[in-house]
Amino acid sequence: MGLFGSFLSKFSKSKATIEDLEQFRQILISSDIGVGITEEILELVKREKSEELSTAIANSLKSKLSTSLRVINLSSDGPTVILIVGVNGTGKTTSAAKLANYYAKSGKKVLLVAADTFRAAAVAQLQTWGERIGVEVLSGSSNSDPAAIAFDGAKKAKDEGFDFLIIDTAGRLHTKSNLMDELGKIQRVVEKVTSVNEILFVLDGTTGQNGIKQAETFAASVNLTGIVVTKLDGSTKGGIAIATEAALQVPLKYVGFGEGIEDLTPFEADGYIAELLT
Amino acid sequence: MFDSLSSKFSDLFGSLRRKGRITPEDIESTCQELRRALLEADVALSVTEAFVEKIESRSLERLPEIRQSTNQSEEIYSIINQELIAILGGQGRRIRYAKTGPTIIMLAGLQGSGKTTLAGKLARFLKEEGNTPLLVAADLQRPNAVTQLQVLAESISVPIFAPEAGNGVGDPVKVASSAITYAKEKVHNVVIVDTAGRLGIDSELMQQASSIRDAINPNEILFVVDAMMGQDALTTSLAFLEGVGFDGVVLTKLDGDAKAGAALSIVEVTGKPILFTSSGEKLTDFDYFYPERMASRILGLGDIATLAEQAKRALDGDSAKRLEEKFVSGKDFTLEDFLEQLGAMKKMGSMTKLLGMLPGANSAAMKKQIDSIDDNELVRTQAIVQSMTPSERRDPKILNGSRRARIALGSGRSVTEVNSLVDRFSAAQKAMKQMRSGGGLPAGMALPGGMSLPTAAPMNSPKIAPKKKSRSGNPAKRAAQEGR
Repeated sequence: MGLFGSFLSKFSKSKATIEDLEQFRQILISSDIGVGITEEILELVKREKSEELSTAIANSLKSKLSTSLRVINLSSDGPTVILIVGVNGTGKTTSAAKLANYYAKSGKKVLLVAADTFRAAAVAQLQTWGERIGVEVLSGSSNSDPAAIAFDGAKKAKDEGFDFLIIDTAGRLHTKSNLMDELGKIQRVVEKVTSVNEILFVLDGTTGQNGIKQAETFAASVNLTGIVVTKLDGSTKGGIAIATEAALQVPLKYVGFGEGIEDLTPFEADGYIAELLT
Repeated sequence: MFDSLSSKFSDLFGSLRRKGRITPEDIESTCQELRRALLEADVALSVTEAFVEKIESRSLERLPEIRQSTNQSEEIYSIINQELIAILGGQGRRIRYAKTGPTIIMLAGLQGSGKTTLAGKLARFLKEEGNTPLLVAADLQRPNAVTQLQVLAESISVPIFAPEAGNGVGDPVKVASSAITYAKEKVHNVVIVDTAGRLGIDSELMQQASSIRDAINPNEILFVVDAMMGQDALTTSLAFLEGVGFDGVVLTKLDGDAKAGAALSIVEVTGKPILFTSSGEKLTDFDYFYPERMASRILGLGDIATLAEQAKRALDGDSAKRLEEKFVSGKDFTLEDFLEQLGAMKKMGSMTKLLGMLPGANSAAMKKQIDSIDDNELVRTQAIVQSMTPSERRDPKILNGSRRARIALGSGRSVTEVNSLVDRFSAAQKAMKQMRSGGGLPAGMALPGGMSLPTAAPMNSPKIAPKKKSRSGNPAKRAAQEGR
């Protein structure tokens, strides 16, 4: 090893410099993971060797994640009921259709329920998806009671032997407490017929720190069992998804990354975090 | 709006205010906190650093001068305020109308940012200002975006140009350009073109947007941004600026509690002003953007200007004047007046939203109060009053047991609720008399239905936290409460 080589190896084995840490600080903050987590993680890893910094950060990020299984809870008896919730414009309807397509493709009998009776034409949006993927869609009239439609859906799914019941709800800003109560009502009403197995919170991957607050408020109204992070096909890193899971300990289950019906993939922590740190 | 950001600022200044004489170290630590607050508010990292640096150097520069001031924290506050207004766009800008032919407004933005809803709101808003807008459904991508716009157009009685059903079929460029011809034929002076949502890096859709742009040559391209957006707002807005170009920004979903720091970033890096804000589910929840109001809101000073304007718009001139005269002349405020007020209140939008604009609305105590308000209470109260006869409204004293039972039946509420409303109303009447004789509004005093008193007075009072007093069911006890 020449002089230069030894210098290089010495250099690369040296402790993380302020510049190294600064670089990761920028990466982390720009990913929307939040200034709190960023500072905490960097404090933890600052004594690591420079070239191991990335791994150390990834590991400590992973340690903050939920330990729950990242799979859909299936019903042992009767239909598996999945409720899709989230704020406006995060991609709930599209995610509901993607999930329905996935199960329909694997030969399951799927019923989609359009319980978004508020947004103009939301019901039509889901119906169009239903036609495209060949899945039955149940809907009520515009502005009718979403809980009533959800109830009808649950009854139908149970009586007619559907394997999956996916209920798309209206987007609601978490600051509207009356709308949040309505969500609780939908859950309770469905549970009169059959148990709700999954309540998936759909999080827009481009969301900033408000994402945590959204999820917290939703979790206060209904029992969230998983997170779907969407719109990751853009330039966003979606660090907020990690921060939200870390804060709520509700596991990320799916990642949505496009407008195509198959653009939905199970969440995979290692790959996600690696992507985030590049 | 900017809630969390402003509560951060409030905390910051609370601690600064407690200090008498400000040192350079105070400025430094304030800037440290400010930096963190901005980052937590989703202001982009680079924008945050530049902003904080500017504040720090300006504050240090002016420290000798600041120290002359009797209220030193106020001086720092005003430096931040000025810089914020400067970033947010100085003077607000209005829509630039075309000199001849229709003014063409094109909407662009990410998926789910609220473009289609916004198209409807903008059309309604411009129509109200005396224009004859035409909505154009050129989002042929998202399933049923066209239907959504059609429903919206119908609800606001604005004509729509939607020759294609969408759902991936049809050429949006052709739709947009034939819309312009159509608008000229039908003499619409404004054309609002809704386009497909796209992602910053999706070159195909970006290409489509620029083709639409080239085909219709818009007077304004408005970039629609979700107020909840995170750090990526920087990249996305720059990508749009480069790919499609835009002249102004519209902030949506401001009724949430997002810190909306993205707005600061976008305006700072693109140099394009925010023109409008959209803040709710109703088509009327839409307004011009006022940088100075937003800045004072961020700093926790409340948004009195917007509130006053909304009140003015909702209460038509005559009835406001009548009420004021009544109040001054010493005549009793009746349930009839109250009903009118309720109607106006409803026109202004939700109570929670209105109260959120008040100074101090971000303090934890006030927030809790606001959160506990049930906007349906207004509807229920209205139902009760509407179930009364005119003479009962004018003179609630004649309300005996059987009348109350009838009102309860008519309004679908319980007799207890009717009783409670009447009680609270007479208490409020008493309070108004007191106020007229110079007593001022008793803290926590509230009208039935959790309403504050009419006239401009409560608008300036941060103390009107409308508290629903729990009332005793025991008549004797209740009388004692009232006698208080």
